Amino acid sequence: MTDDTIIRVRDLKTQFGDQVVHEHLDLDIHSGEVLGIVGGSGTGKSVLLRTILGLNHAVEGSIEIFGKLRSEMTPEEEHAVERRWGVLFQDGALFSSLTVAQNIQVPLKEHLKLSQTLMDEIAALKIALVGLPAEAGPKFPSELSGGMRKRAGLARALALDPEIVFLDEPTAGLDPIGASAFDDLIKNLQATLGLTVFMVTHDLDSLYAICDRIAVLAHKKVLVTGPISEMLKQEEPWIKEYFHGPRGRAAMAAKSAPPRS
Amino acid sequence: MAREGEAGAWLEAVQDATTLVIKARGDWIVRHADAADKAIAHLDAQGRSSVIFDLSNIGKLDTTGAWLLHKAQRFFQNQGATSTFIGVNGPQATLLDAVTKADKPMEHPPHGNPVLVIVERMGRTLEDVGHTMRDATAFFGLVLETLGKTILNPRRMRLTSTVYHMEQAGLDAVPIVSLISFLIGAVLAFQGAEQLRKFGGEVFTVNLVAISFLREVGILLTAIMVAGRSGSAFTAQIGSMKVREEVDAMRTLGLDPAEVLVLPRVIALIVMMPILGFIAAIMGLSGGGLVVLLQLGMSPEMYIQRLYDALDFWDVFTGVIKAPVFGLLIAVIGCFEGMKVEGSAESVGQRTTASVVEGIFTVIVIDAFFSILFIQLGL
Repeated sequence: MTDDTIIRVRDLKTQFGDQVVHEHLDLDIHSGEVLGIVGGSGTGKSVLLRTILGLNHAVEGSIEIFGKLRSEMTPEEEHAVERRWGVLFQDGALFSSLTVAQNIQVPLKEHLKLSQTLMDEIAALKIALVGLPAEAGPKFPSELSGGMRKRAGLARALALDPEIVFLDEPTAGLDPIGASAFDDLIKNLQATLGLTVFMVTHDLDSLYAICDRIAVLAHKKVLVTGPISEMLKQEEPWIKEYFHGPRGRAAMAAKSAPPRS
Repeated sequence: MAREGEAGAWLEAVQDATTLVIKARGDWIVRHADAADKAIAHLDAQGRSSVIFDLSNIGKLDTTGAWLLHKAQRFFQNQGATSTFIGVNGPQATLLDAVTKADKPMEHPPHGNPVLVIVERMGRTLEDVGHTMRDATAFFGLVLETLGKTILNPRRMRLTSTVYHMEQAGLDAVPIVSLISFLIGAVLAFQGAEQLRKFGGEVFTVNLVAISFLREVGILLTAIMVAGRSGSAFTAQIGSMKVREEVDAMRTLGLDPAEVLVLPRVIALIVMMPILGFIAAIMGLSGGGLVVLLQLGMSPEMYIQRLYDALDFWDVFTGVIKAPVFGLLIAVIGCFEGMKVEGSAESVGQRTTASVVEGIFTVIVIDAFFSILFIQLGL
């Protein structure tokens, strides 16, 4: 285990009742990369994310996180792992009874002992870093738009400066400008913080713009992984359709155009 | 400057006549933020005009660490000293840059005078109560209007939905209503017999149980149970539909939520409450009968005979008359509170609580009015 793999999934099987979602699924996540997970609806992208996070239990197989097997972790070790990752759920999953600033402070309070002034400063900093206006801090999640809630969710995910962030469809439901801004934001954070990003997405523009590697989920397993250039060479019908369909071509054209600043 | 802890983040100061050189050491990451923050709080320019931060010996740096360094720099600049970073590598520079750009003061809501805040809150609560009563009356009118339209045109009634709610709110409530009524009937008889024995009037225990149960206790117990069980369920069901915009979707599809959601529930409770109230009365009398049998040795035949003697027509029917009114009120309040849900799931919880409290409160107030009415009418 000398390589830079920080999460290693082997021979994973998950099922709900009789319905098998994954079988013999293998996946590696390398340190510092942006990994995009794509797949048709119902192929279990979100289930895979939840299983890695420990929110679903795998029937078979192993998940190794930061060099430790998930199944053999003590509760203390799990707690330590939770400190090293951040998660952005689809609609932000902010706690509705807390303000945005308080939401960001939840992990800080749980894992560290800091003065309230410092936590306020950190919250203000994260709010600004994800591109929210300062007025958003004392607001409640129900007072924010969907795009702002996503940014606030990202701010909470980044509160502890994690090594890896899991993003569940970060750009879904955002307008194209907002989605591009979110892509840029993730790319910037990844560059400045050396972040590893695990991203479930359907957004082809995101895949082109920020993903270093793409994993295609189909037939209950990870069919192929590789950079986008490799995806374009794939002959498998679904992958071909996905990347060479009209939307795929448009995204490709956008990428080959001069990059946006 | 002293080292703050063995493994952490700390600062070392080297100074000459005009320049203060501060060497940052250790890992400037969020885990050591407390130590780093304290180290920064001890900083003092000591009258020097130029401060240099040397970051060449720093270990890891994250946004929080960068923020703290930036804060230190800002502190010196505010004191009129020039302040610069040296020994910064590429990614660290990007991070410091990003943090500098993100330095915006967070806005805090103003804290008011605590007395004024309390007075203001009282005023707002009172205003809310007024609005709720007004809106609830309007909603009640809307329900009656819809009910009237449906009676004129019965084909508009949602039969399947109504029957479903009759089952949920009525049939499924039978076991719990029966059990509670039976137990309360028994307790009432037991306590009554104890007290009446002092006058040698144990036989009147039957009158006590029969009249209190048929006139008041049976239907009140049922109403409270239904408000807690079904009123809250109505609020939660309609409320979660509102949160998920299902109610809005219904409107855009040309469906009237009052007709589709509210009316079936209202009709279901109007129909089921008298039946539940009747079951409660029977079970209460049975519980009383059991105690009378065990405690006073009165045979069941004798008990029934005494019931005939004790009760007249109106004792039986005052309870039954009240039942549909209570059902109507509980259902309307439950649906009204459900329609008031806004925004988040938290609101569903608040409205559900309000629905139960208002439902029980209203039932008891209306029951008091009924008592006065029946006394005035001499029933």
